[in-house]
Amino acid sequence: MHTLEIKNLRVKIEGKLVLDDVSLSINKGEVVVIMGPNGSGKSTLASTIMGHPLYEVESGSIFYEGRDITHSKPEERASLGIFMSFQAPPEVAGVDFYPFLFEAYKSLCIARKIEPDDVFTFKQRLDEQSAKLQADGDWSKRYLNNGFSGGEKKKSEMLQLALLNPDFAIFDEIDSGLDVDALNIVGRAIKEFSDSGKSALVVTHYQRILKFIKASQVIVLVNGKIAVEGGPELANQLEDQGFNNINR
Amino acid sequence: MPMPPEALNNGRSQTHESMWNDYNASGYMSGTRTGVDADLVRFISQEKNEPDWMLATRLEALKIYLSLPMPAWGPDLSGLQLDKITYYAKALDKQAESWDDVPVDIRNTFDRLGIPKAEQEVLAGVGAQYESTVIYHSLREECKAQGVIFEDFDIAVQEHGDLVKKYFMTGISPHLHKFAALHGAVFSGGTFLYIPRGAKVDMPLQAYFRMNAKGMGQFEHTLIIVEEDAQAHYIEGCSAPRYGADSLHAGAVEIFVAKNSRFRYSSVESWSKDAYNLNTKRAIVKEGGHIEWVGGNFGSNVTMLYPCSVLEGQGSKADHLGVAFAGQGQIQDTGAKVIHLAPDTSSNIVMKSISKEGGRSIYRGLVDIGPGAERAASNTQCDALILDEKSASDTIPLIKVKNQSATLAHEATAGRLNENDIFYLQSRGLSEAQASAMIVNGFIEPIVKELPMEYAVEMNRMIELEMEGSVG
Repeated sequence: MHTLEIKNLRVKIEGKLVLDDVSLSINKGEVVVIMGPNGSGKSTLASTIMGHPLYEVESGSIFYEGRDITHSKPEERASLGIFMSFQAPPEVAGVDFYPFLFEAYKSLCIARKIEPDDVFTFKQRLDEQSAKLQADGDWSKRYLNNGFSGGEKKKSEMLQLALLNPDFAIFDEIDSGLDVDALNIVGRAIKEFSDSGKSALVVTHYQRILKFIKASQVIVLVNGKIAVEGGPELANQLEDQGFNNINR
Repeated sequence: MPMPPEALNNGRSQTHESMWNDYNASGYMSGTRTGVDADLVRFISQEKNEPDWMLATRLEALKIYLSLPMPAWGPDLSGLQLDKITYYAKALDKQAESWDDVPVDIRNTFDRLGIPKAEQEVLAGVGAQYESTVIYHSLREECKAQGVIFEDFDIAVQEHGDLVKKYFMTGISPHLHKFAALHGAVFSGGTFLYIPRGAKVDMPLQAYFRMNAKGMGQFEHTLIIVEEDAQAHYIEGCSAPRYGADSLHAGAVEIFVAKNSRFRYSSVESWSKDAYNLNTKRAIVKEGGHIEWVGGNFGSNVTMLYPCSVLEGQGSKADHLGVAFAGQGQIQDTGAKVIHLAPDTSSNIVMKSISKEGGRSIYRGLVDIGPGAERAASNTQCDALILDEKSASDTIPLIKVKNQSATLAHEATAGRLNENDIFYLQSRGLSEAQASAMIVNGFIEPIVKELPMEYAVEMNRMIELEMEGSVG
């Protein structure tokens, strides 16, 4: 059984076709990389897997661990073990960061039918993970992503990943807006996630994040369709030749 | 998906449910009458054994009331049948000094509202009004020792007549508007608070006003005098059960903030949805004084409430923070007024509103910079959150500037819940209702965090339950 399996997916936004006949599968422990020019449908694919209400699945289906989740609510997908790191995490003023994290964690534990850690144990894990991500400054007094720098937002996503404990993660351009140091920290965290036997879908423009992870497959999307797919070497080829010159 | 009103009511938090649905027997209403005239005004004054000057003040206010038209602006008040209102009803003959002496049904009402518990834990003093009269009053000994006076207003008229006479209805003239005049004629009960020079009261003092009977009118008068270099915090809470017959609340709050003193007035008004809440509040602030208004308006059919600060003294300051929630069939017409009369005065107004299920919230504000207000500064921020297609929000700010050295800023936003924010929280495992409630609570957080803890908790819970009823 695949961790994720997408079959002939056609997706519309406000009547406009944005993904056309996309199929792919990811096995347990695999990392699949999605590349492609701006507007090619990479982020749409990520958000559709997570269940964004704006993206309308016209036909095709999405299976997670053999279960049809094509029309499941986002929180149901989350409780099954799917996580998405957002390309542009929203700033939610007034929502305290730590209490939000604990609420989300508890909701997931309840849905997954596991006993949640108490708040003190959770806070300890939170502090450990924050230190690991070098999430500097006191985030306990901040609102969710509010006033965070680009790098801080990506670290916030990685912190949430670590605490919410998914089995499968979608990283939507986690590498954009990061300086070299932050890229190294985030890259190592993704590697650790992947090395622990979990699966991932990595959406990216650049090859630079790929040095941290072992991709099992690279898929190139152009105009909402899969233009070409191949092994990790395809990413190098793209870096050299650009999207317009790839062998379709 | 919109829910029928019944479902929404079921979704309310326990305290709110009880606040609006439970009421006590009101046998004492049998001897009362509806409508207002000079006979009733004389009767009220006589009942209270008032001095002649007070009766004269009441009768003068009645004359003004009868001569003034209904407000020609703002929400429609044509549904308010003033002749069907009971203007005075005394539920108990005697005020209690111990909750044990309060009849059990009334005591239970206040228990459910959490008043005696808060009194023990966090308050310096408590007043509790039921219908037209104050039924319980207390003040901690250490406050008494400082010379603080915290009394039922009716008792203050008897015992501190000179002080009352000096200030009463001087902050709010009966000529101000029709309901200020009505209040001046039929006021009953309320709070008298006197903070002497240099006194600092750390714990808040609280009064709670409860209307119980059908078609009741409540007209409590709150008179607060804060002498020089003093500091205190006073909280008012109000509620009434729902009958399907209109009730009227036309209270008045007058606050006098002397030189270099600081006073915070917080209120949470949760009248039932058949109450007209036409309230007048005003503070007169002297040199270096600071008034802070923190208000939450929920419930009621129509609310018209614009706390006003008159900055008379140089360097005086006003902060107005407010949140209003307009649900089905409700109009929350609220705002703030600041009149800058002296140099270096400053004001800051932050208002947030939420409209839902066809509710309508209006920010109506006035910032008036007088010719003598050199270097005055005023900042207004109004944010409206509109939760569905049926609901609406308006911002009506009026700014008058008669001194060119003033600095003014006004910023207003109106918006809906952001779909992407909700999706983000859902992707972390929260339901749509949880996510929406979290965002709505986040929206009002800057105001709610300034409210007393028990109100803040209750408010967050109410919004969670409101959101459960409205999504999914």
